[in-house]
Amino acid sequence: MSTQEQAVVHVHRDDIGSRMGMWLFLFTELLLFGGLFFLYSVYRFMHQADFHVAAKELNVLVGTFNTAILLTSSLTMALSITALQRNNKKLSVFFQLCTILLAVAFLVNKYFEWMTKIHHGIYPGSDEYLAMESGRRLFFALYYVMTGLHALHVIIGMVLISVMTRFTVRNVITHDNYVKLEAAGLYWHLVDIIWIFLFPLFYLIT
Amino acid sequence: MDNDAATAANDHVSFLKYKGKYKGIRSWILSTDHKRIGILYLMALLCFFALGVTFGFLIRLELLTPGKTIVEPQVYNEFFTLHGVIMIFLFVIPGLPAVFGNFFLPIMLGAKDVAFPRLNLLSWWLYVTGGVLIIASILMPGGPADTGWTFYIPYSVRTTTNVIITGSAAFLLGFSSILTGLNFITTIHRLRAPGMGWFKMPLFAWSLYATAWIQVLATPIIGITLLLIIVERVFGVGLFDPALGGDPILFQHLFWIYSHPAVYIMIVPAMGVISEIIPVFARRTIFGYKFIAFSSIGIALFGSLVWAHHMFAVGMSDTGQFIFSFLTFMVAIPSAIKVFNWTATLYKGSISLDPPMLFALAFIFLFSIGGFTGLIQGALSVDIHLTDTSFIVGHFHYVMFGGTGMGIFAALHYWLPKMFGRMYNLKRAKVAFWIIFVGFNTLYFPMFVMGWLGMPRRYYDYLPEYTIYHQISTVGSWILITGMIIMFTNLIQGLRKGKVVTERNIWGGETLEWTIETPPTHDNFDKIPMISTPPYEYKQNETEELPEEIIH
Amino acid sequence: MDKHHSNIEHAHSYTIYIWVWISLLALTGVTVAVAGINFGAFTIAAALIIASVKSYLVLTIFMHLRLEMKAFRVFVAVALLFVIISFTLLFADYSFLSLR
Ligand SMILES: [Cu+2]
Repeated sequence: MSTQEQAVVHVHRDDIGSRMGMWLFLFTELLLFGGLFFLYSVYRFMHQADFHVAAKELNVLVGTFNTAILLTSSLTMALSITALQRNNKKLSVFFQLCTILLAVAFLVNKYFEWMTKIHHGIYPGSDEYLAMESGRRLFFALYYVMTGLHALHVIIGMVLISVMTRFTVRNVITHDNYVKLEAAGLYWHLVDIIWIFLFPLFYLIT
Repeated sequence: MDNDAATAANDHVSFLKYKGKYKGIRSWILSTDHKRIGILYLMALLCFFALGVTFGFLIRLELLTPGKTIVEPQVYNEFFTLHGVIMIFLFVIPGLPAVFGNFFLPIMLGAKDVAFPRLNLLSWWLYVTGGVLIIASILMPGGPADTGWTFYIPYSVRTTTNVIITGSAAFLLGFSSILTGLNFITTIHRLRAPGMGWFKMPLFAWSLYATAWIQVLATPIIGITLLLIIVERVFGVGLFDPALGGDPILFQHLFWIYSHPAVYIMIVPAMGVISEIIPVFARRTIFGYKFIAFSSIGIALFGSLVWAHHMFAVGMSDTGQFIFSFLTFMVAIPSAIKVFNWTATLYKGSISLDPPMLFALAFIFLFSIGGFTGLIQGALSVDIHLTDTSFIVGHFHYVMFGGTGMGIFAALHYWLPKMFGRMYNLKRAKVAFWIIFVGFNTLYFPMFVMGWLGMPRRYYDYLPEYTIYHQISTVGSWILITGMIIMFTNLIQGLRKGKVVTERNIWGGETLEWTIETPPTHDNFDKIPMISTPPYEYKQNETEELPEEIIH
Repeated sequence: MDKHHSNIEHAHSYTIYIWVWISLLALTGVTVAVAGINFGAFTIAAALIIASVKSYLVLTIFMHLRLEMKAFRVFVAVALLFVIISFTLLFADYSFLSLR
């Protein structure tokens, strides 16, 4: 009978529920960074002049370039979902690969940016770091911790999207069952939003 | 699956005997059945509780006499740190949501499982990993953290003990708690049985909903704070270290932004349990259902606004102090609403004093004392005198042990027969209750007195005039532990050899878990129920309306 | 059934995404340009307002918040409220502080 069948065959699937779970998870990510934004605001409030001067040492051009890269990767991520919704698997995979590629570009950029700073002796524990005025040191402490944690999230997002690409190729994710891809997309957009705030707070307050 | 008949038979067997994909121990530790995960949590939880009690016992033993009694000061510091970390992160926070929430929330909502069963299993594994890490930190060279469970900077950056391990353990446990919360919110939104509107939900579900939101929103803050301690220790970035220009008070702010709401993660589910038990054993419809439901949300909301009352003595701005003190008084209101409604439910009820009810009544009594002493410390001027004395230790244990602990004990006595289909010895349970009750008050009440007289908390040594209070307190700890040993042996024996119960409605409850088989089948319900009435309908006793003066 | 229905509703066209992307890049340009001008205290406010507008676009369009059930938007509001309230209370201490 049908009730019997339901008990055996029934595979529970609730796309709205899955997305709800993902959104709730994003809030925890938001609050994780939220703690750091609290730190930033308090220290900036206490050391305004130092922050102002220290921010001048960051390269606005690199920052702007990275912002553009991340925004574009957000676009390709969103496009890949629409492509899949329209049952265009190849295009969707293409857009997903673009997203991953842009993420790599972002990280490469970030790497060189960090390296320049480290070459100038600005890193936790260096003599120069220990000799700085407190405000300037706090600025760079926050810079390393916040962009570092953000970069970690970019890496996690990249891995996540790679898995989704594999799933799409193997038809685990299809045009009528793509909530996993949507969840990865949500994660990626959140990483983008965090950067949208990090960028002006570190590069543009000169 | 062999054939339909066998499958059908398997579907109808109790979840304890259900044959799934795996056999033996793996059918438990890899199970995604919310009921089995609940029991996994229960097992692990009781082991850690035993460990936490042991450290508590050792603290009290050390304090029996001034100066050295059994251990050196360093070991004593490690004892109270471990006692705090284990009890808070491994027992009180996951206690009700992870064990009874997991087991009964889907059943109470009329669902087959939680929204994300595999995530649920992951959260158990994270929990166990965290617990094992804490034990590992005890055994590794360097020894466990000696910072107290608060990990205050700068000491937590300077000490040579294994703060990194203990900190990452707490981080994992926080993650586990977040996953449970996220799972419950989605479950409540998506998996309520047809017809179960928000106000037909049992109050335990409401309390878990409020708790889950605090878990999701507040826990990440402690996560980042603990991460920053680790970063600080490894790289020395100087974000909190005053020697490098950081502000250690800011660490305290971040720590308490989570840790005050965390006490509501601990207490609100217990309030939910009490709201379930009181109407069943008073045989009356709960008084003020909506007030109780909304006060859970109110506590979650106001509870997020008061964290800095833990910092009145650290030199905050006067305006800040004033605001936080004021808000602290506000948060007492929703708690008081609950207590009033429970009392009103009891009024003219036909009360039966079975063990779950005894523990529930103890909850109300002890929690009220804990709550009032909390208000005393919420007042700015008084708090300056009481900060970091054993008064706060007494207050905290009245709320957390007298409240949540009794809530967990009540839940054990209320639901265990349903979970395992066997009954414990009722008489012995009552004896155990009274010993626990007497031991509890003997242990913790003297702390109020000596705290008022100026005995600092966490001190290894004390002046001779405090000796008498410490000795009464230590004797109390022996009584309490005796009572708990009797209680747990009785429960465990009951589960193994106790009278078999197949009756569905053991206590005469009106929520959905009492309409299904004892113990529940793998799918909980043969057919997903249709809900048309609110919970707690005890019409037979509702012959007369409440008198006017109770309502006003 | 219900879920398939929700999937169809859940689609944006390619063009709207591209328009949002263009606006995001434009806003980035604006915020960089504005940062060069000194508005005093308003500088930081301008940067944050532009960042908020950008986030709003990402939330509503890229993250489909506009197409989701109302509960999702309430959730986001609750989370943001929690951040804002905690922030305000934190500054209830710091903005009145003279020592430390
Ligand atoms: Cu508190």
